[in-house]
Amino acid sequence: MSGQSGTKVVYKNIHLENSHTLAVSKANGGYQAMEKAFGMTPAQVIDQVKKSGIRGRGGAGFPAGLKWSFIPKDDPRPKYLVCNADEGEPGTCKDREILRGDPHLLIEGMIITAYAINAQRAYIYIRGEFVREAEVLQGAIDEAYAAGLLGENVAGRGMHFDLAVHRGAGAYVCGEETGLIESLEGKKGQPRLKPPFPANIGLYDCPTVVNNVETLTSVPDIITKGGDWYSGLGVANSTGTKLFSVSGHVNKPGNYEVELGIPLKTLLNDYAGGVRGGWENLKGVIPGGSSTPILTASQCETVTMDYDALAKAGSMLGAGSVIVVDKSVCIVRAIARLSRFYRHESCGQCTPCREGTGWLAQVMGRLEAGKGTMKDIDMLLDISGNIQGKTICALGDAAAMPIVGAIKAFREEFEYHVEHGRCMVG
Amino acid sequence: MKSTDKSIGTTPNGRTDKNWGDSRSMSALQKNSETPRFSNEAMQEAERIFKRYPEDKRQSALLPLLHLAQRDFGGWLSPQALDYVAEVIGIPPIRVYEVATFYTMYNLKPVGKYHVQVCTNISCWLCGSDGIMDALTGKLDLKIGDSSDDGRFTLTEVECLGACANAPMLQINDDYYEDLTPEKVADLIDRLP
Ligand code: FES
Repeated sequence: MSGQSGTKVVYKNIHLENSHTLAVSKANGGYQAMEKAFGMTPAQVIDQVKKSGIRGRGGAGFPAGLKWSFIPKDDPRPKYLVCNADEGEPGTCKDREILRGDPHLLIEGMIITAYAINAQRAYIYIRGEFVREAEVLQGAIDEAYAAGLLGENVAGRGMHFDLAVHRGAGAYVCGEETGLIESLEGKKGQPRLKPPFPANIGLYDCPTVVNNVETLTSVPDIITKGGDWYSGLGVANSTGTKLFSVSGHVNKPGNYEVELGIPLKTLLNDYAGGVRGGWENLKGVIPGGSSTPILTASQCETVTMDYDALAKAGSMLGAGSVIVVDKSVCIVRAIARLSRFYRHESCGQCTPCREGTGWLAQVMGRLEAGKGTMKDIDMLLDISGNIQGKTICALGDAAAMPIVGAIKAFREEFEYHVEHGRCMVG
Repeated sequence: MKSTDKSIGTTPNGRTDKNWGDSRSMSALQKNSETPRFSNEAMQEAERIFKRYPEDKRQSALLPLLHLAQRDFGGWLSPQALDYVAEVIGIPPIRVYEVATFYTMYNLKPVGKYHVQVCTNISCWLCGSDGIMDALTGKLDLKIGDSSDDGRFTLTEVECLGACANAPMLQINDDYYEDLTPEKVADLIDRLP
């Protein structure tokens, strides 16, 4: 049955002692996929990744092989590869485990990707607060240079490839790939208008691929075992394994790697130790990170964790960040907190987002404090409608979607706040 | 849209939280008469940082150099420190001001020896970050955003730090402390050297 084969692609070695070292990595198959890739042409490598069906694991879900194939081939400009390790969507903490637990898997995945797109230089953009993780990563990069796995002649194969860590400095919007590129260029992380896409005009106006940590660390096994093997995991349109960060009201919060298509209920009960106080105590689940609309408990009975099923349920897989909310929680308060976050993180360049996130936070704050009116609830929907689809990047949508979703699923809680001046729960 | 409610104001720059109030605008930057300079060690590190980027892309080193300067100059960046970083890179100071005011990790006023940053975002909140914050404001006798008179502590509320499965959590300087309880927090503060 889907989701329960126990196959690990990304988290296969993180539980080993000293898993962050080159010695342990190599003793457990590290850098063998790289050797195999060097025996293939770049086009063959891209082909396998296309066959695997893997979609970007950072949240947008764009097919990775297709993204790579957009890099122009006969173009004199240098090509760049950038790893997005700016893990910042509230609820998401999966990449951190890889960064500190298996940095060599990431380096190997990046060497293979760079080989496929003909990049000579790459950066790992890691969120600024991950100081310790950046240190582990730098240690692994230093080891790889010393062992001839990075530098002028990678593994004696004549490929020149330099890799460096670049720490951000506290801005959620830099998780957006063009905001990230701006930040890497030493500027404010304000996303760029697209097109042009980074595959053509990216870092330093050169062709650039930006991939999430989880996507890049899935590449070695796709090469070793083949794209067809990987696409046999998971379900149609959502192939492979996925890391799920399960947080909030479960007995065993944590990061779990399972096949896509697993029933949410199975993920919560069999992996995350069940809902605090029992399944009956479940109020709802935010399935893909703070920007994805909340599911009601009855939806959670049957929904499966894949792109299509979650879209059908009115939400999204996002980064796979499952936030579990039990019956003690006031939904209005929870969403008001998220609105405050998005107001804080708006980069300020698009009017609908800059102004809209401020209004959303104010109206949510007023409702939460019991000072709102029924008209405020509809005003939230109106403001959201004036943000969604009208901004340069997805941050505006991310601010609006949880509110629209919560009003749809839990409108009675909003109304109770208006009528009684306080929340339904406690 | 039609705005009928007077209490809905516009936000001047989108980042209106207390972390982004007056204290972060350039006019409120504290004055510090001495121009700081990198120590020899920091200068060597700066040279290593420049080597990571193409020779003609020195501005790429801006974020790392600001981190380095903040560390080298006692935990915060004065206007003189920002000018100095601009000089080291060879870019107009305005480029540095823009960046230093955009990212929350750059402290534009002094912070305590221990910068206690508590995540209160969704997963941490669900798991009791209110209690963590209460324990800290009580224990340190500080309001959120304030620093202690003896220069030992600054208490800040921060957004998700990417450790949600180990909520509630906080960061003190470079280190994360996870799976907290109010008791553990009090103990943690007591054991700081
Ligand atoms: S919500 Fe606190 S670390 Fe993510």
